[in-house]
Amino acid sequence: MNPSPTLWRVFWVFLVMGATSIGGGVVGYLRAGLVARERWIDDHAFVELLSISQTLPGLNATNMAILVGDRLRGAPGAVLAALGMCLPGASLMTAAAFAYGVGGDGPVVKAFLHGIAAGAVGLVTMVLVQLGAKTMRELADYGLAGAAAALVAFMGVPVPYALIGVGAVAIWWHGRRRRRNTAGK
Amino acid sequence: MKQLLEIGGVFAYLSLLTVGGGMAAFPELKDLTVDVHHWLTFPELLHYYSLGQLAPGPNMMMVASVGAHVAGLTGAAVALIAFLLPTGLLTFAVGRLWTRLANWPWREAIERGLGAVAVGLVLGGVIIMGKGALTQPLYFAIAAAVFGLLILTKVNPAWPILASGAIGVAAHLLA
Repeated sequence: MNPSPTLWRVFWVFLVMGATSIGGGVVGYLRAGLVARERWIDDHAFVELLSISQTLPGLNATNMAILVGDRLRGAPGAVLAALGMCLPGASLMTAAAFAYGVGGDGPVVKAFLHGIAAGAVGLVTMVLVQLGAKTMRELADYGLAGAAAALVAFMGVPVPYALIGVGAVAIWWHGRRRRRNTAGK
Repeated sequence: MKQLLEIGGVFAYLSLLTVGGGMAAFPELKDLTVDVHHWLTFPELLHYYSLGQLAPGPNMMMVASVGAHVAGLTGAAVALIAFLLPTGLLTFAVGRLWTRLANWPWREAIERGLGAVAVGLVLGGVIIMGKGALTQPLYFAIAAAVFGLLILTKVNPAWPILASGAIGVAAHLLA
């Protein structure tokens, strides 16, 4: 463990991860960079911080950057880690918007973009299946997830209402069962 | 100035909905940027989102594209910062608290409950994205093929997505 790198080093390591983690699966890149290469945190801490990142709103990669940056160098470390993580991708996507303004109307470019949109649906479906495989452990989980999806996709319910409404039921359900198990012991 | 405030407001709000990943906020992203503010069309949004899957780093850096599309470089910066700040502060605060809450009875209930809801919200996002992107049988076939390839192999997703674009171009040129 080498828990006190300079702020510049924190920024640089996250900038490199932000620039090289192409094609999703950013969690794998984070583990390789933070645990294996830099040895800033061990595997146990990585899993712990990842579970916080996945529970809270926000992108996993930026949440991880904030949590690890904070552990290494406090608030400034968290800010620099998150910025480093985001700057390469955000710069490229800003450039893409300007390029789109210049050439986005061409029929060949449109055909290309429509093609990658279809491919991206395949990718997000795969991500969904992976997320589900980790999370869904009982019938009630499928009912809760199905309710949230149906409200948002078919009934036009705004996401925050679905999140708070179904989320409250879900937390109550899992909390109720937990208390019953404890009481039964 | 009013427009920058609107961009900041929209992305700060969307930021708080990204439970389980950026896809969970996609229905609201579409609603606000396309239907409410008319900043761009649904196909344009789908194009930026898909390009964003090819960019390195977190998978929602396309918020900078939407900001830039509406208000140039300043718009991109405002969108990015607004999108990072609310959840960033929340994560920072909870990150310091959460380890101390290791034995808090509700912690596991919150993790498991929100986990299931997150899957549902992401599914909702995928359905809405699919409705916009899979307009013909060919595109449906492309999505199914990419999904199958990614489930069965360890290939970097950037390659099949680029190939999807090439198939789109080939279909256009042959039609």
